[in-house]
Amino acid sequence: MNTKIKDATIPTIAFQARLSRWFGRNLLRIYMIFGFTYLFIPVAYTFAFSFNDSGKSNLIWKGFTLDNWQNPCGAPQICDALGNSIKIGALATIFSTILGTLIAFAIGRYQFRGRSSSNLLIFLPMATPEIVLGASLLSLFLVFKINPGFWPTVIAHVVFCISFVVVTVKARIASLDPRLEQVAMDLYANELETFRRVTLPLVAPGIVGAALLAFSLSFDDFIITNFNSGTLITFPKFVYVAAARGIPAQANVIGSAMFFLALALVIAGQIVNRKKTR
Amino acid sequence: MSITVPKVRVPYLLLFPGFAFLFTFFILPIFNLAQTSTQSPIVGGDTAQYEQTFAFSNYINAFVENREQFGRSFVYATLATIFALAISYPLAYAIAFKSGKFKNILLVLVVAPFFTSFLLRTIAWKQILGEEGFLVPTLRNLHLLGQQTTITSTSVAVVAGMTYNFLPFMTLPLYASLERIDPRTIEASGDLYANAITTFRRVTLPLSLPGVVAGTLLTFIPAAGDYVNAAILGSPNTKMIGNVIESRYFKIVDYPTAAALSFTLMVAILILVTLYIRKAGTEELV
Repeated sequence: MNTKIKDATIPTIAFQARLSRWFGRNLLRIYMIFGFTYLFIPVAYTFAFSFNDSGKSNLIWKGFTLDNWQNPCGAPQICDALGNSIKIGALATIFSTILGTLIAFAIGRYQFRGRSSSNLLIFLPMATPEIVLGASLLSLFLVFKINPGFWPTVIAHVVFCISFVVVTVKARIASLDPRLEQVAMDLYANELETFRRVTLPLVAPGIVGAALLAFSLSFDDFIITNFNSGTLITFPKFVYVAAARGIPAQANVIGSAMFFLALALVIAGQIVNRKKTR
Repeated sequence: MSITVPKVRVPYLLLFPGFAFLFTFFILPIFNLAQTSTQSPIVGGDTAQYEQTFAFSNYINAFVENREQFGRSFVYATLATIFALAISYPLAYAIAFKSGKFKNILLVLVVAPFFTSFLLRTIAWKQILGEEGFLVPTLRNLHLLGQQTTITSTSVAVVAGMTYNFLPFMTLPLYASLERIDPRTIEASGDLYANAITTFRRVTLPLSLPGVVAGTLLTFIPAAGDYVNAAILGSPNTKMIGNVIESRYFKIVDYPTAAALSFTLMVAILILVTLYIRKAGTEELV
């Protein structure tokens, strides 16, 4: 900093230096603005075109209307597809969260023989491309003459959600201060009580986060679903099939509504968390 | 504990339900896939009827026929991973170190676009960058783009789509590892007369490496097996191995070839991932 004082005696250089310093300091902020613009372009587009008075194919702007929002089920099959996606997502979330949380506790809390191979078994589904997971499950179902459909899709979703649940919950368990549990034991709580009153409440945010992640992964999944759902139509499948002839504006309505709903949920969660920590 | 379970067994009991499930619906299908991959059509049978003949030549035929798509998948996925890293790292860095009290809000905003459906976003890009969109005609009028040149239906569009779609898988692990860095280590580096660049190169970057490894893997793996971006944003000339597997299953009903291709893809990715983790030297991946 001391060397800069000399420069300050010459105003033009000082100005340039200040300008470049301003850039240096704000470069990341400028970058953030560009970054977030890039991230939000397709979302803004989807939202804008949900108000398009489009008729069948939502490609060109034809005028503003609220019809699509007032009648989100207006496009044939769209709400059946949405309903299926929500049902599959809810079931896959429940199963994968339970199974994954148990595994996370085993790996995060205990030293046992086979711990590192357990870690490997959790990592493998994440290292397998979706198309391989989907295709291999489909060929299993075909061998056992099980028709693709609702339950095969739920099973397939649980397979790829479990690993993400384990990783999320395990991270939360690892970040816990072990002294908190020791304190509970020192205060004569037995192991079960300690778990119920201390450990579980502390891990709960991780479990909730994992469940939300599982639901959003399941809800948005196309590739594995496409392999295992047969004729059952889900929301991503609906969009994919409709894409060939132009998607109806109602799909934009549902996409935008999902966006705002999820945003509201996450923000509400943050507020609750902040109140708790205060 | 009041329940009389010997303590040693507790972790195994916790693991059992999940692992039984994964064994049945993940490990078993993979074996089944390997088994399907060496079958041949039954002579005189219907379409889609196959028998086990240990036809390992399926692998050679499948690979030779589709080596172009294989190559493309790995090139596209690598490019998308590099671009995603280049875009995400400064973003994650800015959120972790320069956003002050807005940190949580910005983090939510990074993930937020991914709450709208993946397919809707991809289709939105297709329409924004497509012929009917407003960008391409504008660029043409400004002579920045040739009259015949398009953006969609090119490999550029496919790579760009993959970069965009897998961005949160890169940003979140990067942010997690950057946020964990103790700011005192960075201050200490400055106290020892390292300038900003040296500090970044010698302190911040090495400490964020686990995030870089996790992020690149979580981007590369789904990108290599993806076929949605290529189907929506690409053309027949940008077909990836995912597109081939998909059409072998559903349009041609050629299960053995599809299985051989899937198995090859999986093994190739596993080998690459193992080499990469060895090289990067981080074991604390997951």
